[in-house]
Amino acid sequence: MTTSDWELVIGIEVHVQLRTESKMFSPAPNAFGGEPNTRTDPYTLGLPGTLPVANRAAFGLAIRVGLAIDAELARYTTFDRKNYFYPDLPKGYQISQLDHPVVEHGKLPLASGKIIRINRAHLEEDAGKAMHEGGPHSVIDLNRAGIPLLEIVSEPDMRSSAEAVEYLTRLKLLLRYLEVSDCDMEKGSLRCDVNVSIRRSRTEPLGTRCEVKNLNSFKAVEKAIEFEFQRHQRCHAAGEPIVQATLLWDDDKEETRLMRTKEESADYRYFPDPDLPPHHVTETWIDDVRKTMPELPWMREARLAELPGITAYDAGVLIQDRSIADFFEAASVVAGDPKAVANWITGELFGLLREHGDDVRESGITVDGFGRLVALVKDGTVGAAGGKKVLAAMYGRPDADPRALIDELGLGQISDEGALREIVQRALDSNPKTVEDLKAGKKKAAGALVGWVMKETRGSANPGLVNKLIGELTR
Amino acid sequence: MIDRRTVEQIARLARLELDEERVVKLTDELSRILAHIDKLEELDVTDVPPLTHGTGGADVYRADVAGPVLDRDDALRNAPDQADGLFRVPRVIGDA
Amino acid sequence: MQAFPAVATIAQDVRNGGRSARSFTDDALARIDAHGEALGAFLHVDVDGARAHADEVDRRAAGGDDLPLAGVPIALKDNLCTNGVPTTCGSRILSRFIPPYDATVVARLRAAGAVIVAKTNLDEFAMGSSNENSAFGPVRNPWDLARAPGGSSGGSAAAVAAGLVPVALGSDTGGSIRQPAALTGTVGLKPTYGRVSRYGLVAFGSSLDQIGPLSRNVEDAARVLAVIAGGDPRDATCSNDPVPDVVAGLEDGVDGLRVGLPREYFDDAIGDGVKTLVRRAANRLATAGATLIDVSLPHTSYGIPAYYIVATSEASSNLSRYDGIHYGHRTKDAADLAETYERSRTEGFGAEVRRRIMLGTFALASGYYDAYYDRAMRVRTLIRRDFEEAFEQVDVILSPTSPTPAFKLGEKTSDPLEMYLADVLTVTANLAGVPGLVVPEGLCDHDGARLPVGVQLMGPLWSEARLLQVGRWLERTREEAISIPEGAAS
Repeated sequence: MTTSDWELVIGIEVHVQLRTESKMFSPAPNAFGGEPNTRTDPYTLGLPGTLPVANRAAFGLAIRVGLAIDAELARYTTFDRKNYFYPDLPKGYQISQLDHPVVEHGKLPLASGKIIRINRAHLEEDAGKAMHEGGPHSVIDLNRAGIPLLEIVSEPDMRSSAEAVEYLTRLKLLLRYLEVSDCDMEKGSLRCDVNVSIRRSRTEPLGTRCEVKNLNSFKAVEKAIEFEFQRHQRCHAAGEPIVQATLLWDDDKEETRLMRTKEESADYRYFPDPDLPPHHVTETWIDDVRKTMPELPWMREARLAELPGITAYDAGVLIQDRSIADFFEAASVVAGDPKAVANWITGELFGLLREHGDDVRESGITVDGFGRLVALVKDGTVGAAGGKKVLAAMYGRPDADPRALIDELGLGQISDEGALREIVQRALDSNPKTVEDLKAGKKKAAGALVGWVMKETRGSANPGLVNKLIGELTR
Repeated sequence: MIDRRTVEQIARLARLELDEERVVKLTDELSRILAHIDKLEELDVTDVPPLTHGTGGADVYRADVAGPVLDRDDALRNAPDQADGLFRVPRVIGDA
Repeated sequence: MQAFPAVATIAQDVRNGGRSARSFTDDALARIDAHGEALGAFLHVDVDGARAHADEVDRRAAGGDDLPLAGVPIALKDNLCTNGVPTTCGSRILSRFIPPYDATVVARLRAAGAVIVAKTNLDEFAMGSSNENSAFGPVRNPWDLARAPGGSSGGSAAAVAAGLVPVALGSDTGGSIRQPAALTGTVGLKPTYGRVSRYGLVAFGSSLDQIGPLSRNVEDAARVLAVIAGGDPRDATCSNDPVPDVVAGLEDGVDGLRVGLPREYFDDAIGDGVKTLVRRAANRLATAGATLIDVSLPHTSYGIPAYYIVATSEASSNLSRYDGIHYGHRTKDAADLAETYERSRTEGFGAEVRRRIMLGTFALASGYYDAYYDRAMRVRTLIRRDFEEAFEQVDVILSPTSPTPAFKLGEKTSDPLEMYLADVLTVTANLAGVPGLVVPEGLCDHDGARLPVGVQLMGPLWSEARLLQVGRWLERTREEAISIPEGAAS
């Protein structure tokens, strides 16, 4: 990043698709993908005569977010129509919230403790998907149309692209913790637009801002902000005015291009939707939701970092996924060694999950089985290599017993010192030349002796113990 | 009052195509209708709340249960143009 | 032509096996075939569907199903969605539209054993007061074929007045059931906003629209209301409160009833023939022990301006969906998407609909919203309060419905504002949400013809039962019979 006399000011709008069974205003199923136009009902198609009825669960998820960001929850909230024409918008208007959003004035803390204020979060319905595959036509799939969205609008509180990315990363983590959304940018269940402006100093009023859309990854967010930061500075240097505008990010060319200026901006003709009576978010409702709130990720991160052996880095990794953090905590109790459990999760388990593309809850590996396996490695019943094989064998088998698998796979480790001492002695007797080398100070020679023992025991000798015995018997 | 420029601007917003004759006629008609509507300015409504929601119901929700979907053929039956299960339109340029 | 028997009689006959639903249906289809075209009342006659459904009703009736409207032939205004049956709204833009679903009222009528025989003509998207704004030609008034039946439920009103069907459904946004009922000598009820589900009614002004019956007598209207009224999980604006029995008290008297006569509804703009008949009804009530009370609804004259802002604003948004993309008319010769939108809509909508979309778009546009839409919504509150205050003094309000009896086709089409102003007596009920019932009172000489006049009863929110009871009393004590007009059977 270039140092500069200019201060960068960033605000972010995030749209998340809410995890509900059905759509925001009609019972058509809310699910990703599917054959085009197979998840519609008369309302989704915008057919004449159809009416919206609000999905109660979507409100519940919005309240959850409101509680998590310590926001004001609207006691009175209403829907408005935002009117515009676009082929993916079958009614010619989107039902959204303008005057009385469900959530207002929240805050999200960054790791530094800096607070990013959240202006509002409101419910609305998603549009369908217009696809342009060359040629004279575009095609429309309305499966996505009507999926509930929560639009979360920050204040212009971020001062660098790094802060913007941190805000997004933490917001995404929070939303996933709350099980409000799966926040998958590739599937479009989390989308963001950023507003960028610059000013000479923090006492100056905000400069003219530009909104950048079509940001498909946090990397794109970072690059787009940097690009705009440079462009705004160049404009100032050249004495050109910055025009308030909406821009599109071109991920291939790594630049923004103009979509429309403020003068051309749409007049959405918002007005209260007469089809939807107002909603009241009651204390009872809020209390009911509060009872289902999980521990917030940053609270959990701090708590896990206090566990024996767990570093701040470990805690940061473990809390990235709520189900992993749950798994970690429970397995630590079983194994009695949080650090060892953490190592096995971030090493072996993550590898297996990546390979199978699963969530830990769908892996078939139980907390109990995993915790016991870690304990068996720790007490030397099975070696690290054998443990990995056992874990792989446990995959997809929730009833698998790690102790039984060790025997079944013949992975039991010989940790009986008497038995091993005898085998090591044979190794020494059979390899006098190597023993000589070892005694002459050639450290590598020990490896050859260990290899002999491993071969003899088919890999089941406890390697730590073998090394110790070789040392003792050649002294 | 409404002038010709405003009529043209409103027509663009409403996605209606107005030829010269229609612009002139609508400017006249809408002006006369709005002159009558301006009668509303006689009333002081500063402290009167708007009657936005009909007969006073509130808090109407649908339980979050997925319901039946339309068969795709039914969904597309009224489409003026379609291809491969998708609605087809003249190419979209730019964005909303 | 002989009128159909009362709805209750038809249903009883069918349930008892005295006469089949199929026979009543065939009778209605034959009447429609013989006289429908001259009236221009129908846009689609569902001959096969109606017969098949009638046969099914006969089977259900034979099986002992208790069907309150067993075998009753009914016509529906063509802005009510019918699964698999064209629903055009009288518009070119929906001329080939076939809904894949039934409106809630349609499903309820079918479940109750009614047989939907036809879809009736209307002003395009229910926008009009003469039924001359239909893309498929005007409807003629059975009392004088040179005259309009009123609108926008003109086809439903004409069909019932001419005796082609016993009952029909209409929709009323600013008087579209009541005014045509008054002009054709039929009974028309606009229920309280929220009494009948709007699901499947093609929206015009969403905060004003209500579906209601048109019929030859008050009891028939009550029996249809009883079937279509009540909460619907698909319409959030529809009340879930239980619907009181609207039939039980119909024959009760009017002794002690407090009847309000709003002075603003009897001004110079109201024709003498109309006033005379409304006063005649009032005097009859007084003689029977009702108390007549002068009341004031002081904001009545703001009704038209407020209505034409609210209704057109909502309409401009509701009609955005007709863009030639997912259904409906698409222009043949567009170079790009922008032209597709503009040409499809311009070709698809008629002049009155375009005018209202323009007005509503203007009223919601940035810079005008506060002066127009927001102000009109506040004036609405004043109009609601007028009614609330009046109903502290009276049980019902009695008034004229339309300033004049039926006018001639073409008489008012040159000046849209003049047509709007004629809605002055009906729009206030929609703005306030209160119910209104129109009952024919008699005939008067007007402009060289003898034409029916209907009086309007308005009551507090949810007072349909009371309105129907008073309406039934006025009907029972009426001094002249309202039969099927000669002209209808020509």
